Amino acid sequence: MELRKEYVGELARLMRENDKIVVLDADLASAGGTKALYSEFPDRCIEVGIAEANMACIAAGLATRGFIPFIHSFVPFVTRRALDQIAVSVCYSEQNVRIVGFDPGVHTTYNGGTHMSFEDLAIMRAFCNIAVLDIVDGVQLRKALPYIVEHKGPMYIRFVRKQTDVMFGEDYEFRFGKADKLRDGKDITVIAGGTMLFDAVQAADRLEKEGYSVDLLGIHTVKPLDEQAVLDSARKTKRVLTVENHSIHGGLYGAVTEVLSANEPTLCDAVAVRDRLTQVGNLADLKRDYALAVDDIYSRAIKLIEHK
Amino acid sequence: MDVVNFSKEIRRNTLRCLHSQGSGHVGGSLSIVDLLAVLYSKHMHVDPADPKMDDRDKLVLSKGHAGPALYATLALKGFFPMEWLDTLNKLGTRLPSHVNVNLTPGVDMTAGSLGQGLSAACGIAIADKLKGVDRYVYVITGDGELQEGQNWEGAMFAAQKRLDHVIVFVDNNKLQIDGATQNIINVEDIEAKFAAFGFDTQRVDGKDLEALDRAIVQAKSAHNGKPQCIVMETVKGKGVSFYETMGAGVHSTTVTDEQYAAALEELK
Repeated sequence: MELRKEYVGELARLMRENDKIVVLDADLASAGGTKALYSEFPDRCIEVGIAEANMACIAAGLATRGFIPFIHSFVPFVTRRALDQIAVSVCYSEQNVRIVGFDPGVHTTYNGGTHMSFEDLAIMRAFCNIAVLDIVDGVQLRKALPYIVEHKGPMYIRFVRKQTDVMFGEDYEFRFGKADKLRDGKDITVIAGGTMLFDAVQAADRLEKEGYSVDLLGIHTVKPLDEQAVLDSARKTKRVLTVENHSIHGGLYGAVTEVLSANEPTLCDAVAVRDRLTQVGNLADLKRDYALAVDDIYSRAIKLIEHK
Repeated sequence: MDVVNFSKEIRRNTLRCLHSQGSGHVGGSLSIVDLLAVLYSKHMHVDPADPKMDDRDKLVLSKGHAGPALYATLALKGFFPMEWLDTLNKLGTRLPSHVNVNLTPGVDMTAGSLGQGLSAACGIAIADKLKGVDRYVYVITGDGELQEGQNWEGAMFAAQKRLDHVIVFVDNNKLQIDGATQNIINVEDIEAKFAAFGFDTQRVDGKDLEALDRAIVQAKSAHNGKPQCIVMETVKGKGVSFYETMGAGVHSTTVTDEQYAAALEELK
C-alpha cells in the first residue's frame, strides 16, 4: 500500500480519538493524500496555500493552545523554506508541531533539482530538542503514528508518499529512539536510515553469501539516536558503514560518528550523497549516480572489512 | 490607576527594566506604551493569577524586541514581581530582550525574528475557534517589520479564514535601525495595503489614549468576518524628550544612570 494511504488512514483514526490533532497543508494536500481528511474533519484540516513559513507559524500558534498540528509539504519546502520559523516559533518556543516532509532525497525523482533535498536531516537534527524520524515503510509509519501524536516537543518526519517495498510485518513494534536490529553479525556493522534499509538488506545478503556476517541496524529515529545500539555493535564488529538517502554532511553518518568518535573510535565509512547537486532522474538511475545503490553498499562494506 | 497614570508608570518601569542592563530597545518599547496602557486597563481579558487561563485574550508582540514595555505592563498588572524587571537579559532571567512564551507569565507567543507574529496569531485564533473560546487575539507589529513578506502571507490567511477576532496594531513610528522607514523600503500606504488584503482598517494617533480606546472598541465590535488593522501614528522613544529626538539610533541605545534620572524627572 502507498505510504500516504497508510498515513492518512491511521491519522484519521487518531483524529477520531483525539480532537487536538490538526492537519495543515500548503497546496499539496492532494499530492500528499491528506485531502482525504478534509471532508471528515473540515474544522481541523487547514489549507494554508503556498506559504510554508506562514504554515509553520500558524501551527506554532495552534500548539500554544494545546493542539497538535501536523504540517505537510515536500521535504525542502516544509524544512528549508520555513527554517527560521521552525527555529524560532516552533523549536525555540518548544511547541508540539509535527513537520512532515514527503519524498526525501532521491525519492523526489522527476521533481528533483529544485524539489530535492539532501540536507534536511542535518538541518533539522541541529535544532535543540527536536525529534527526527526517517521512515522505512508503511507498516512502520502506521505503527509510529500513535507515538508521533503522543510525543512531547517538535518532531520532523520524512517519508516516501508512494509505494515502497515492505520491510516489516504486522507484528512490528515501533520503539521511538530505538534501532531495529535486523541481523546479528560480527564482521561489519551496517546502519541504514529510512528506505535505504531495503538496499542495505540486499547488500547484507550478498555479503553473507560470501561468508561475512553483518550486524544490521535500521534507524528510524535519527534523533535521538540509539547510541547504545550503535556503540554495542561497533564494539563487536570494529567496522561501521552508515547508509542514508542524504548528504554525507550532518545526517545519519554525522549522528553515528559523533557518538563513536567520542566513545568508541571506530573505522567508519558512509554510503551517502557526497557533496553533489540535486537533479532529476528515475529512482534507480539516481541511486546509481549518487552511489547509493546496493552495489555501492556492498563495495564500501568489503573495503571496510578488508581494511587492515 | 487611571489610564494616563498607568501609561506613565509603564514608561517609568520600562526604563527601569532597560536601565538594569544599561541599554536596550528603548525607542520601540516606548512607542507602544500608550497602546499597552489602553489594552491592559480596558480590554485585555486576562487573569494575572492564571496567565494560561483558557478563556483569555491573547497578545502576540510580533515586534518582540519591545519586550521591556510588555514586561513593565505585566509586572504592574501583577503577573510577576516588579523585581523581575531588574533581571533583563541576565543569564537565567525570565525576561529576555525578545519575548518568550515559555519564560514569562502573560506572554502568549515567542517573537523577535520579525514577521512571524501575525501568522502565529492566526493559529491562536483558529485554536480559539476550535475550542469555542470567544476572545480576541491582538498583534503588535512594527512599521519596518512589514517589510518582512510573511506578514502578507499571514494577512491573506486571516482574511481568507475570516478571522475577525484578530486585531493587528501597526506601531508606525516611522523609524527602523538603518534610518527612516520611508527612505529604506517605504511601507506606506499601510492602511491601503491591509485593506487590499481584506482587513478593516483605521488610523489613529497612537499617543492619544482615548482615540486608541475608541479604535479598539470599534475593531472588537466589527464581527464582520474581516480581520482588523489599526495603524497607530507613534513616536519612537515617546515620553522622554531626548529619546524622541534621537533619530534612528533610539532603536537600541543606552539608559545610563544620568539618562534614567532625567527620564524619570520628565515622567513625574
